[in-house]
Parts: sequence; C-alpha cells; structure tokens
Amino acid sequence: MADRPEKGPQAGARLLRDSKVKKDRAKRPDANREMEMTGKIDKNQIDYFKLRAGLGRMSRREFMGRMGALGVSAAMAGTFYAEAVRAAGPVKGGILKVGLQGGESTNSMDPALAASQVPYFNLNAAAETLVEVTPTGELEMRVAEAVESSADAKTWMFKIRKGITFHNGKDLTPADVLATLERHSDENAKSGALGIMKGIESMKVDGDYVAVTLATANADLPYLMADYHLMIQPNGGKDAPADATFSGAYVLKSDEPGVRHVFERNPNYWDSANRGHVDQIEVLVINDPTARMAALQSSQINLVNRVEPRTASLLARAPGVTVANAGGRGHYVFIMHCNTAPFDNNDLRLALKYAIDRQEMVEKILAGYGTIGNDIPINSAYPLFDDSIPQRAYDPDKAAFHYKKSGHDGTPIVLRTSDVAFPGAVDASQLFQQSASKAGIPLEIKREPGDGYWSEVWNKQPFSASYWGGRPVQDQMYSTAYYSGADWNDTRFFNDSFDSLLLSARAELDTTKRKGMYAEMARILHDEGGLICPMFNDFIDAHGPNVQGFVADPGGEMMSGIAGLKVWLTA
Amino acid sequence: MHPILKLVAQRVALGILLLWAASVLIFVGTQILPGDVAQSILGQAATPQSLANLRAELGLNDPPVTRYFAWLGGVLTGDLGTSLTNGRDIATAMGGRLWNTLFLAFWTALIAVPTAILLGLVAVRYQGRWPDKLISGTTLATVSVPEFLLGYIAVFFLAVQYRVFPSISTVYDSMSLGEKLNAIALPILVLTLTILGHMMRMTRAAILNVMQSAYIETAELKGLGGFAVIARHAFPNAIAPVINVVMLNLAYLVVGVVVVEVVFVYPGMGQYLVDHVAKRDVPVVQACGLVFAAVYIGMNLLADVMSILANPRLRHPK
Repeated sequence: MADRPEKGPQAGARLLRDSKVKKDRAKRPDANREMEMTGKIDKNQIDYFKLRAGLGRMSRREFMGRMGALGVSAAMAGTFYAEAVRAAGPVKGGILKVGLQGGESTNSMDPALAASQVPYFNLNAAAETLVEVTPTGELEMRVAEAVESSADAKTWMFKIRKGITFHNGKDLTPADVLATLERHSDENAKSGALGIMKGIESMKVDGDYVAVTLATANADLPYLMADYHLMIQPNGGKDAPADATFSGAYVLKSDEPGVRHVFERNPNYWDSANRGHVDQIEVLVINDPTARMAALQSSQINLVNRVEPRTASLLARAPGVTVANAGGRGHYVFIMHCNTAPFDNNDLRLALKYAIDRQEMVEKILAGYGTIGNDIPINSAYPLFDDSIPQRAYDPDKAAFHYKKSGHDGTPIVLRTSDVAFPGAVDASQLFQQSASKAGIPLEIKREPGDGYWSEVWNKQPFSASYWGGRPVQDQMYSTAYYSGADWNDTRFFNDSFDSLLLSARAELDTTKRKGMYAEMARILHDEGGLICPMFNDFIDAHGPNVQGFVADPGGEMMSGIAGLKVWLTA
Repeated sequence: MHPILKLVAQRVALGILLLWAASVLIFVGTQILPGDVAQSILGQAATPQSLANLRAELGLNDPPVTRYFAWLGGVLTGDLGTSLTNGRDIATAMGGRLWNTLFLAFWTALIAVPTAILLGLVAVRYQGRWPDKLISGTTLATVSVPEFLLGYIAVFFLAVQYRVFPSISTVYDSMSLGEKLNAIALPILVLTLTILGHMMRMTRAAILNVMQSAYIETAELKGLGGFAVIARHAFPNAIAPVINVVMLNLAYLVVGVVVVEVVFVYPGMGQYLVDHVAKRDVPVVQACGLVFAAVYIGMNLLADVMSILANPRLRHPK
C-alpha cells in the first residue's frame, strides 16, 4: 500500500505555490522592504480600523484592503480582523447557511426518533434540554435553573426556570417537563433515550421542581438529562411529537426532510443575549462530501460538518476556510466476545491488543485527525479521567509471546468488517492484519455487506469492527456497553469486580473517590476486556471567513450541536 | 374504428398490463430485500422490545398477499400510503420530488434534444470531414466520462474557481423561475453532455442510412443543396429511430439521474428513493418503483405511437 496517497498532490501544490511566490518576489524587489516596514506603521491607524471592523462598520474585504494599504501582510491582517471581531462580541443579524451530512428524506422533528446529524442540529436549534454539558465538561443550566440531589444521590430535584414560553406562546411548566420525561420512558415512544430513562423509578412535579427518584443512586443523573433526545415539548410531545413546537432560540419555518430546513429567530427566547445571533438559519442537506466542500469553498454556505480527514488539510489551505477539529469521545473499535472461543482466552485477547499499531492507524485512517486509544472506551475528553494508565503500544514480541501462551491452534482468526463499521474500517482491518502477521498471528478478514451489518454482525459475531459515539460521562459509557447486564455488552464482558465498582462509583458523590474507582475499572478493562480501541476520532467541522464564535467542542460535532445558536456573522 | 386509434388502444392496454406486472415484481422485490424495516429505523439503538413494538405498529406481521392487495387497492384509489419512517403522506412528499425531477428533465430536454438533432444534421452534412469528426469525437468523449466526474469537473471550474454558477442546486418553492434556472444550470449542463452523444449519433446513423436511397439522389439531381436535402428529405424519413432514442433518453432523465442529483444536491426522485431504500421504507420504495415503471412504459408507448404517426406506410395501411 502506498504511503499516505494524499501526500503526492499536496507536495505538488506546495511546490507550485513556492515557485509562484518566488516569481512575484523577483518582479517586485521592494516586497521585502514593505514587510519590514509593517512594524513602524502608525499603530493608531490599525487600531482605528480594528475598532471599525469590530463594530461591524467595515467588511472583512474592506478591512483587508486598508491593512494592505498600510503595508500589513494579508496573514497578519486576517489575524487582526479576527481579533477585532472577537473582542467586539456577537453581532446580531444575517442568514447562516449550514451544509450538513447526515440528513435523509425520512427525518422527522420528533426528538425521540432523532439519530442522524441533521435532526441533531435541527433539534438543538429549535429546542432545549434541562441542562447542557459545556466543552470543559461542566453542567450548564438551561430549562432547569438549578439541580439539587439528596445525600444518597437517589432523588434529584430540577428547579424549572420561569418565563420560558413555547413557540406556540404557551408557558413552559414543570408539568411539561414531567410529561417529556414520561414520554421518553415509555417503550412505545421508541425513544433513543429509553436506555437513560430506565433507571428512573418515579417522577413527580413538586411546586417549581420536577423530582426524579432513581432505583439505584446515580451521581451523574444531571449529565444524562443533557441527552439531545430529551428536548422539552408542550405536554411532553404526547399530543403531537413531531410538530416542532419547542422552547428554543429558533422556530422552524420550512421543513423539507432530506433537502432543506429553515429556522427564524424566536423573538420571545428567554436567553437571547447569549444565544441566537443570526436572524435565520438555513440548513441544507448535502450528503456528498465533495459537494459540501465545494459549496463551502464557493461561499454558498458558511458552515459544514464532517470534513473527511483525508482532505481536511487540503481544505484548510483554501482561502477563507477555517477547519476546526476537536478531540472527542467517539472511537473506532475492534470487539472480541470474551465468552466465545478463541477469545475466551485472555492471552489471545492480549496478543491481539499488542498486535495492533495504533499510531499507524491514527496516521493512515484518520490522517492525523485523532488520538491513539488505550483499549478502554474513555479518554481525556471525559470528566474524572485518570491519565496515569500506561499506554499500550504495538509490540510484536509481546504479541507473539501471548499468542504462543494462549495455545491457539494457528487457524486464522476471522475478523468481520464493513465500510459502515466506521469510515476506513476495511483499510484499518487490513492494517491490523498486516501488523498482526508480523507477530505471527494470522487474521482472516471477512468483508460483510453494509446492509444489515448492525443487525447481523455487530453484537452477534465474536470478532468485528465497530464504532462508538461516546457518552457524556464515564458511568454512562461503561453502563451502556461494559456492564454485565447491558443490552449492548458487545464484548460479552462479564466481570463481577468491574460491575460492583461501577455501581458503587455511580452512587459516590465524592469526586476524588470516584476518580479512583474509574481508574481501577479502566485498568481491569485495559488488561482483561474484549475491547481493542486503536483510536479516538476528531470531530472535524469547517467554516467560512465571516463566521465568528465557533469553538470546537469534544461533546459532539457542530459545537456539540449548538453552533447555530452560538456563532455570529460579520460582513 | 380507425386503425391508428385501435393500435393506440391496444398499446395502452398492453402498457397497463405491463404496469400491473411491474407492481407485482416491485412488491415481491421489496419483500425479499434482506434486513428488516424496524431494525433499520431504530438502527444500532434497537432493543428487542422496541423492535417488537415498531413491527406491530407498522403491520409487518400481516401475510404478504394481504399487504399486496391492501397496497394495490390504495394505489388504485390514489392513496400511496404513508412513509414508515417519518409518517408523511407519500403522495404529497413524492409529488414535490417528482415535480423537481420533471422540471430538471424538461429544461435539459429543451436544450439537449434540439442541440443533438442539429449536431446530427451538421455531422451528416460534413460527413467524414472535420466538423463531423469534431462533433463525433467530443460527444463520444462526454458520453464516455462518468457523469459524476463531469459534474465534479464542472463544479471545480464553474463554481469554485470562477463562481459562474452555484455548486448546490437545491430548489424550493419560494425561489423565482430565474433563480431556479440559475441553480440547476450545472446539472443541466452535465446531463446534456451525458445524453447528447447518444441522440446525436443515432440521428447521424439514421440519416446516413437514408442517404443511400434513390430519392436522395433524385433530390440532389434536381439541384437541391446539401443541407436542404438532409433537412427536408432525409430527416423526416429517419425520424422513427430518432424518436425512439430521444424517448429512451428522456426516460433516463426521469429515472436514472440519481448520481447527478447527489453531486449537485438536487432534491429529485432518485435521492428520495435511495434514502428510503436505505431505511427499508417499503411503501415509499414501492410507490417510487411504480412511478418509475409508469414513466418508462409511458415514454415507450409515446415513442411507439409517434413512430407510427411519423411513418406514412403505417399511418395509411393498405
């Protein structure tokens, strides 16, 4: 396999550019002198123009022109402009055009059914949850004004903010919140948040509060309420789940699933000082990556999601385009069933864990837009992560040692993979096969059709490729996929001490103690689990020159879904 | 009854029979698709309980024959059902998409068909000389290049580099006709290049065939110019195969342009069908399949009838 195929054209382009610059310099011998003079230019003039740009009285183009006239280099002027605009704070107005992958004509505005990227973005634009999780992992109060818990972390009280109205003009009441939580707890609602709601024993309205009582203590409950399915709806959406009446900063105006969604600013939004800067958001569904990037480069749209890692560095060089990537909680995995031969032998599992080259995967599969994994589903994007767990590296000798010790008879180990398992999954499986064969471990790759991969292969076959989007907190990630009783225990990991640690950590309100427990669980999984986690993938978004206020968020793409509310446009 | 009317009635009846056969095929085809609607809708997040609930709600537990006749009955009364995945009325949702597809097909045809025929005539007039070779070579090249590549080349030069036309062709109701035409300029260009070669070469071949006839020689002998002979005497006699190939290409413009729709993000039928196939939304897939079958059968019917009308020997049988 050729070494990083994208290197060729890149290197070519750079050469071309260099020679052009040289030619320009040759034509204009005074170019260098001009650059030197920048330092001597009257700083007052620059500051004056920065102020005007910051106030929005000057467009970017005009600003760049003035700076050019003052002898400031284009790169420097660009930085000045960004500084000025950021310092001035959000400006209201304009139409934000967003091009997103992950929309289908089958999408609905029912929050319970949301699964792909466009409904995720749309719901966040129009609706609000009780709380949100900030990029640094803290809770931000939204519909709830305050959260309190009983000492045993079993009963949680959410104080509902007053003065919020729904798009239909009705006040948002604690009863609406209760109804929302009830609907998502109902099996028939088919809610994606059903798993989260399962631990709830009872709920009731108590004055301005909604009280939630859990069957077992859970110190993370408020974080779970940030799940994007749990958008507050009038009467919980029990009457009309998909009619898009919410309480968020934008009101849905035009809804063509799979094509285009238009939102207008909600004039009655309670937090309009901090959110909802643009007048209108126009979401265009552009599933084709090339079309999406072309539309961004030709300035037809301002913001895109899902930049492909392979082309991200090329896109970043396009004029005016900024690529924003955030190391997230999503990760790509190879999963072994710990209770199925030959994977019931921990030495064989360890052999395979040592036989994978994580660094190579990050470089070749993610083009460097990601970080290496450590055979646990947790990384530094999670609160209470312990970074002292030793990093496992590619070690063919150790792999060969454990392989021999496992006594495996040498028949090829079948690894099932598919294009839908994660982007580049088939290539990644082949890299795994190569690195394993250097340790003398034969892997046989079985490529499965994308159709039915999630129903027939994942969580059914003993060794397959898959991905996880990550969860807001460690407890939820572990409870979803590594707890003995979990529906999606896709590594068939049954470990009593792990389970009991998980349950006691969940009830522990002392964060230092909890961190210690999570570290111990991570070590167990790291050494005995069925999870091979080679890499955590970055979220890669990109935006055009006049989008301001975009901050990459490890919680999810598009600033964890709320980019539409947080960014503003400059002229 | 006039023999033409009888012929047309026969063809229409056959067409309806064919459409019914297509409906059976579509239904059977969608039934033997692997996978399960409920599983596809719920995806990775499915639990056995939610799967069972959804399956019961969607009526997937009824026997297929019952479902076929329920569906056919609905179609005959104009009710295509509701989409399983988002609960929308299929006729309404598909109507908009079908309209978009026809809109694109119409404007492409308006440009491509006259251009192709004209180029065909010119190629015959200068047969074997450089205009003929240029036209044949260029159209052959544009036909041979896959349409998505043509699309990307057009986007790169005309949208990103020179910004003449938009790269995204999304159209919606509040746009004026001018805005819509501007939006679909690139797909029209690409589709025209894709179908031009086929029609042009057929025109050229059909006319050249006729050019060997004795009456062409007569026309030349009585002193008619090269182009007049072709346009007035050769072309009308070569029109039947041209009509056939034009209709075939028009049908392609309606049912086969999903790749171009994806490249230019055009909200047409193809993308709509593909989305729903991926989600196993069977009622929508069936409805789309039926519409596509109807378009194909209708176009072929039209081609047949028009060829007959264009041929005096068939028009006035002895």
